[in-house]
Formats: sequence, C-alpha cells, structure tokens
Amino acid sequence: MSERMNSAWSPSSREIQRRGERARISRRQAAIAAVSTTVVLGTLLIILVTSPGWEIVKKTFFDINYGREVFPTVIAGLWINLQLTFIGGAAIGVIAMGLALLRTTKSPALTPFRFLATAYVDIFRGAPLILIILLVGFGVPALQLKGISSNVIFLGTVAVVLTYSAYVAEVIRSGILSIHPSQRAAARSLGLTSGQTMRYVVLPQAIRRVVPPLLNDFVSLLKDTGLVSILGVTDAVRAAQINASRTFNYTPYVVAAILFLLITIPMTRYTDRAIRQRTNAQSAEGAI
Amino acid sequence: MANVLELSKIRKSFGTELVLNDLSLSVPEHTATVLIGASGSGKSTLLRCINLLESIDDGQIFLDGEEISDPLINVDEVRRKLGMVFQSFNLFPHKTVLENITLAPIKVQGKNQDEATTAALALLKRFDLADKADQYPDRLSGGQQQRVAIIRSLALNPRLLLLDEITSALDPVLVNEVLSIVRDLKSDGMTMVLATHEMGFATQVADEVCFLESGNILERGSAQDVLHAPKNPKTQEFLKRVHQAGRL
Repeated sequence: MSERMNSAWSPSSREIQRRGERARISRRQAAIAAVSTTVVLGTLLIILVTSPGWEIVKKTFFDINYGREVFPTVIAGLWINLQLTFIGGAAIGVIAMGLALLRTTKSPALTPFRFLATAYVDIFRGAPLILIILLVGFGVPALQLKGISSNVIFLGTVAVVLTYSAYVAEVIRSGILSIHPSQRAAARSLGLTSGQTMRYVVLPQAIRRVVPPLLNDFVSLLKDTGLVSILGVTDAVRAAQINASRTFNYTPYVVAAILFLLITIPMTRYTDRAIRQRTNAQSAEGAI
Repeated sequence: MANVLELSKIRKSFGTELVLNDLSLSVPEHTATVLIGASGSGKSTLLRCINLLESIDDGQIFLDGEEISDPLINVDEVRRKLGMVFQSFNLFPHKTVLENITLAPIKVQGKNQDEATTAALALLKRFDLADKADQYPDRLSGGQQQRVAIIRSLALNPRLLLLDEITSALDPVLVNEVLSIVRDLKSDGMTMVLATHEMGFATQVADEVCFLESGNILERGSAQDVLHAPKNPKTQEFLKRVHQAGRL
C-alpha cells in the first residue's frame, strides 16, 4: 500500500476540482445542521420558558441553591445504588451464567437441575421486581432463620439479584443458541469435549454477541436498585424523596436524575466504543 | 496394506428420507478415496457419519480395526484421530489463525503453549501462511481461510483426513492454492477421504473414485476407469452434466 502511495502521483486537475466540490458540500451540510439544531432547540426552550407555570417550575425543580444543599445526601444515597449495582451485578453474572449453561446442557445427570433452572427463570422473570423485593424484604425476616441477615440492603440486593439473574440468564442463553452449529461441529471434530467446546469456542463468541443487551440490563439494574428504597434503604431516590417531602421543593429529584445520567451515559458510550474496537480488530467488514 | 477405515453396510436416514443405503467402503493406508456425485447423493452425510457427527441407523464403521460405531466408544478420542475440513471453513472467528491451530493440540493433546506454537508456525510456514499467524480469520481470503482450516486439522496429526467439498465455497482462482495443499498431503502419504466436484483434481489424487447416487456407491474404481471410461449409465449421465458445467 505505502509503496503505491509513495510513487510519483499528484492529483489530476479534475480530482482537485472534485475535492473543492466535496469540501463545499460538507461545509453546506454543516451549516444546515447548525441552523436546524438551533431552530429546534431554541423553539423548545422558548416553549419551556414562556409556559405559564415556568416560574413556579423553575423554583420547585431547578433551585440551584437548594440543589447544592441536598447534593451531599443524594450522592451518599447514590453510593448505596452503586454498591448494590456492582456487588449485585457480580452475583447476577455468576448465577445467570450457571442458569444459562444448565438450560443449554444435554447432560443426563443434570436433568433435575435443568428443570429447576427453567422454573427459576419462569418465576423470577415473570413476577414484577417490586413484588419480589417486598416478598424477600418482609418475608425472609419473618422466617426468623438463624444466620440469615435481616439487613434491608442485603435483602434488597438478594431480591434484585433473583430477578435480574433470570433476565440475564435468558440473554446469555440466546447468545449461546445464536452460535451456528457448524462452529460446534468444527470444535468437536478437533476432538474437543462438549465442555471444552462450550468454554473455548461457543461462550466467547456468545458473550461478545450479547454485550450490548447485557449493557442495557446493567443500566436498568442501576436504575432499578432505586426500588429497594421501598424497604427503607436510603438510596439516592429515597434521599431525594426525603428532602423533597420536607420542603415541597422537587429539585432533589432532578439532582438524583442528573447523577444517574452522569453514570449511565458515559457507561453506554464507553461500551459502544469497546464493542466497535473489538469488531474492527476481528472483522474486515467492521472497518467499513 | 491395512485398511485405516472400513465401512460395512452403512444405513442412515433423516426422517423418511434414506440418505445412505447399505454402503460399504474400504480405505487402505496412504490412499485417497474420492467421493463424487450430485448434491444430495450422501457424500457429506457419509463424511459426517465417519466423524461421528451423525449417528448411523445400521452397519458398522471401523477405524484401524476398532469399531467406532459402538455407542460405548469415547467419541472425543475417536475424533482426535480424524481430521475434518468443512466446505464453509468453520474457523473460530474470535481466535487468531495461530490460536485456531493451537487450540486442539493444547486442550486435547495436552501440549504446552510453546510446543504447540512452534509446530503450528512450522505448518504455517510450510504452506506460505506464516505472515498471517496473528490475523483474525475474517481478514483472510477464502482460500487462505480454507488452508488454515486444513492446517488446523493437520496439527493433530490425524490418522485419516476427511475433506468435505473444501473448494465449493471458493472463487475459481482460489481453488488451486487449496488443492495444492491436498496434493502435498497426498504425496506425504496422508490417508484421505474427500468429497469433491473438481474432477481434474480427483484424477490427480484419487487412488479410488466412488460415484454416489441415492445413498450408495454405484460405481467404483481407479480415476481413469470411473471418470474417463464410466460403465454405469448414471455415472455417464452425471459426468456429462459435470462436463457441460465445465468442471472436467
């Protein structure tokens, strides 16, 4: 490639003319985009600030001073959400992988576990998360079992893990099933056992394929950890709610929302980029 | 000469469709047996049955005198002795060329990383692919991918190589680089069973040519006899059609 580039070549006059035309076209497109963005966003802003209730909304939802005041309590709550997300996320990953593998295995010894895994997924994917949180949060302590913590954060996490591992298991399983049987045939014909085939050939490809939907689930996990507040956990949502109901100023909600977005948006962008880079490295088509 | 592979009265059906019917075949050591026949005549199914990727409905398969169609046999151990190359390459897209080749030697044969890598690089070098070792398969041409797939099965030093229409998915100009590897292997004394539509190539490598039709071998013999002086009218008909398609 570089050899050819270095050989004596200078663009023809037609090519120079074409480059000028292309530059003119792209300048015009940038101008159109700028104008259209200004018009649309400007209109929305005008509609917002000229609406009859804007002054009240501004005071009760966008009170910067009050927002600053509640910020420490909301961010302390957010720390709970983050802990729940990462600790829960790790547990979900492990359990979901186990469930997905159980549901795709054909081993006769594992037949009862395969049934159990199917039942588990049916139940926890089918029931609303909020009900699971209430049942686990209030039901498990009522059993008065020794050695089981009645800490609400712990129980809330358990409930979230139960539900999300069912969802994530199905995502992973769909990834496993999406790998073409010819890959399995190739691996088996090299003498790899079915376990090795899963571990070295099927799973690595399956996981790669389900990273985008898993990221989706990870973002909604972070948001849904807010639901454990119904057990009395002071997470970001609950902290905002306490402050809001004390003063009837809803700025804490906006603060909490912005904090969540500050985490989820970069996370999405980062993963998108990671996926793209890996695709480019492996596929000629990915580079286009 | 001992027979590496011995097939005795193989029968296989998919649902109500009988794909292999009472088929018998012997493959002596260091020989190449070429299966020809129209699509759907059972060539691929036969190869998949030999590799135990499909189970047979009746008959027996022997590899070096051992019955591998016994349900109690360890299929993984049998497949270790058999190399298989597919029409659609089936390289592992998430692994580099080198990793594709070393996976089975490391995981199946228990070789260490260095040993497997050295052996793989030697094979790549021999078949002019040394510079592709760290590439991912999608960056390779079809011919290169299929050559890597052949090397991948050679890395296990198979007793018998099964080649299932390995050039059918390739551009005509790429066919020869793949076939030349097979010719090399043939002169190395590799025992092979291959299904192909490349009749010129079949003439060059085949010790025996078998014409399959409706799940059985209608005519068998040397390439000279079967391909150039076929006796069975169905073989004549098939070869005429191949000839018209410009493949002879």
